[in-house]
Amino acid sequence: MTFSPQLEARFEKLLKSYPPGRQRSAMIPMLMYAQDEIGSVTDELITEVAARTGTTPLQVNEVMSYYSMLHRKPLGKFHVQVCTNISCLLHDGDKLYEHACKKLGIGHKEVTADGQISIEEVECMGACSWAPAIQVNYDFHHHVTPAKLDEILDRLKKKPV
Amino acid sequence: MADLVNLTIDGRAVQVPPQTLVIDAAKTVGIEIPAFCYYEGLSLAAACRMCLVEVEKMPKMMTACTLPVSEGMVVRTETEQVKQARKYTLEFLLTNHPLDCPVCDKGGECELQDMVFRYGAGESRYTEEKVHTPEKQFSPVVFFDAPRCILCFRCVRTCNEGMGVGALGVINRGVVSEIGPNHGDHLECDECGACIDICPVGALTSGIDRYQTRPWEMTHVGTICTHCGDGCKTTLGTRNDRILRGNNRDRSGINGEFLCVKGRYAFDFYDHPERLQAPMVRINGKLEEVSWSKALETVAQKFKDTVASNGSFGVIGSNHTSNEENFYLQKFARQVLKTNNVDHQRTGDVVTLLDSLSGKTSKLGTVADLYQSKAVLVLGADLALEHPLLSYQVRANYRHHQAKVYVVTEKPVREDNYAAAKVRGRDYASLAGKLKAESELVILFDDSYKGADLRQLVEFAESLAIPVKFICLLDYANSRGAVDMGLTPELLPGYTPSGATGLHIDEMLAATLDVLWVVGANPLKGQKKAGFLVVQDLFLTETAQQADVVLPAASAYEKSGTVTNTTGEVQRLTQAVSTMGAKTDLEIMGFLAREMGAAPLLGPWVAETVFAEIRKTVHAYDVPLPVLATGGAAQTLPVNGRIPVDTRLDLVQSDHNGLFASGTLGRYSKVLNSVLENRLSR
Repeated sequence: MTFSPQLEARFEKLLKSYPPGRQRSAMIPMLMYAQDEIGSVTDELITEVAARTGTTPLQVNEVMSYYSMLHRKPLGKFHVQVCTNISCLLHDGDKLYEHACKKLGIGHKEVTADGQISIEEVECMGACSWAPAIQVNYDFHHHVTPAKLDEILDRLKKKPV
Repeated sequence: MADLVNLTIDGRAVQVPPQTLVIDAAKTVGIEIPAFCYYEGLSLAAACRMCLVEVEKMPKMMTACTLPVSEGMVVRTETEQVKQARKYTLEFLLTNHPLDCPVCDKGGECELQDMVFRYGAGESRYTEEKVHTPEKQFSPVVFFDAPRCILCFRCVRTCNEGMGVGALGVINRGVVSEIGPNHGDHLECDECGACIDICPVGALTSGIDRYQTRPWEMTHVGTICTHCGDGCKTTLGTRNDRILRGNNRDRSGINGEFLCVKGRYAFDFYDHPERLQAPMVRINGKLEEVSWSKALETVAQKFKDTVASNGSFGVIGSNHTSNEENFYLQKFARQVLKTNNVDHQRTGDVVTLLDSLSGKTSKLGTVADLYQSKAVLVLGADLALEHPLLSYQVRANYRHHQAKVYVVTEKPVREDNYAAAKVRGRDYASLAGKLKAESELVILFDDSYKGADLRQLVEFAESLAIPVKFICLLDYANSRGAVDMGLTPELLPGYTPSGATGLHIDEMLAATLDVLWVVGANPLKGQKKAGFLVVQDLFLTETAQQADVVLPAASAYEKSGTVTNTTGEVQRLTQAVSTMGAKTDLEIMGFLAREMGAAPLLGPWVAETVFAEIRKTVHAYDVPLPVLATGGAAQTLPVNGRIPVDTRLDLVQSDHNGLFASGTLGRYSKVLNSVLENRLSR
């Protein structure tokens, strides 16, 4: 499997940052970075990561299926994660999530027909002080209101990648 | 030894070595701390939370399975808090566990049932619907029922650590986490079934016996597996004269609970549709079924006539038949048929090994030695595939005692993964420096080390100046016993030279003998037979097809007697079932002797009586009978002196059966032929 030169360089650095014989520690970051590039964790990627970290594909699968930020299916270009954990819930995070679903016509871990936006109801993202919070790819949005969410979603719909 | 640690458990003073876990310390004074995930010999998981105990000065309850003892520790296992915790844990484990105990294979020997009975609450507070997922088939022998799984991860650990295969993993998390196979929807592994055996509940069940029986309906018969030479004890669960299950949960026998696919499942050849159940005699060129009396009369008459006319005999014995049968057969041949033309298929050079160890003691390794020795040297064999038990012992030794494992093989083998040093080829001498630094060593070697090579190896071992033990790897359940019992033209039982060496197996097949008598072997592969051919076997093999008389024989699971494994340990076979129409080889030979009027000469064809004679005749077979009677293994040293004969080294040839092959016998096992790996490995 071939990756972009930047990603290859990143992998190389990663594998070197752990003591010899402990290359399996690089598994999670490798999966994360590769997922960002490929769009999802494919069977091919699992086999590749297993080979590079000296593990078995089953071991990679164990790890990847445990972590909710790693996905087997491709997500939208913009992955909107809405927190409905306690702090956000107290600030109507659940209503925010329902609003987003209704607006986009999709549900949990689903993608819009054009592949632009996907949505996910997530647990605490550590942004309790600014609840309710949402995360779009790696960017946080704080104190989100339905109006603010509409604005963000409208922008994402048109935004080229 | 380090000082013992003093602690108190439930008010009782306990003294144990440092690093002992509280759960084990409690066991030493008869206090049971319940646990699912804790399993002796495997890594710690602390996954089930069943073993929570109160420890003074510790703020919360601790898992006894991961807590090492410390001086002055005060542990309480029977307080209200602990009892309550156990109830809650069990209530929690039962949230999604289906209550299908009445149809579950595990019902009756289920650890969850037992725990709930002993420690659980009578009722549950959960009213929610149970999460259910359909069961999955991982392979022909492994079925997985996710809702029943309590996620103790014993199966995953035994596969990773015990077997060194790593075919099972835990996928997903939380309420949907479950055991996953290594190839998406199916397993590609050793198919040993250790995961099924170790499962405390009915989550992993066996394709062989599922939904066939309740555990308490079976009779459990401990006997020795008839496939490879390792001599594992397999406890056969039988009902109505049928074998339903094989395992060794009681850990009796040299193998503990270890079994490979052959020991656990490949007993199934016994009721193969092609199993012979009536004697056959060739009438007008065609084999036709006849009565036993007719068949025995035909053979006895032919034997008698040939003896009377000074005709020639050839006798070929088996690697699977018992010591008693082998002994009786060679006695029959030598005393009644007056011939030294007795042989069997040799799979390792035991004779040269014993000869070169003449005058030395404690030079023969046992299965237990492989687990205890500080170092092990594997020569030639792909141990994990050909000798699964020995490989398991070496791996466990490495895991538990950090034993040094040295591998000298032509091709990469599994032992490479943890070997201290590996050499491709045969240059074991290059390891001399490393081996000299060891305090002791066990050397395992296969059929490629024989004759002069073997003597050189023994000399090399001497030159290391450390205690060295040897294990000569042999193929089948009683390969060792066949040599010990004198099934060779040059040697009598106990390696006494026969004087006039008779014909060897290849010479017998090539010569025009008047009578060729084959007991439990399949030496004729397309060759044209000469003279009158009598075959005793379970199936109509290539050899039996050309026979003039075929006598249906009983398998090892249908007879009593003893067998000697590849390390020279004698163990007892116990009859588990009987198959209609077949007779044991000993009985067949006895009846033939009676028919010929030679019975007084050969003595009774009763296994115990014949073994009594073996004990008198063969050096060091006078093993303590209680050891055998209680299902133990007794090591023998069949000779301690020179063996002044020339052995035919070209005849020493191992079949190198892999995990899914077992010579002719393996062809008749449905399981061995149904697993995917069998096809992959071809």
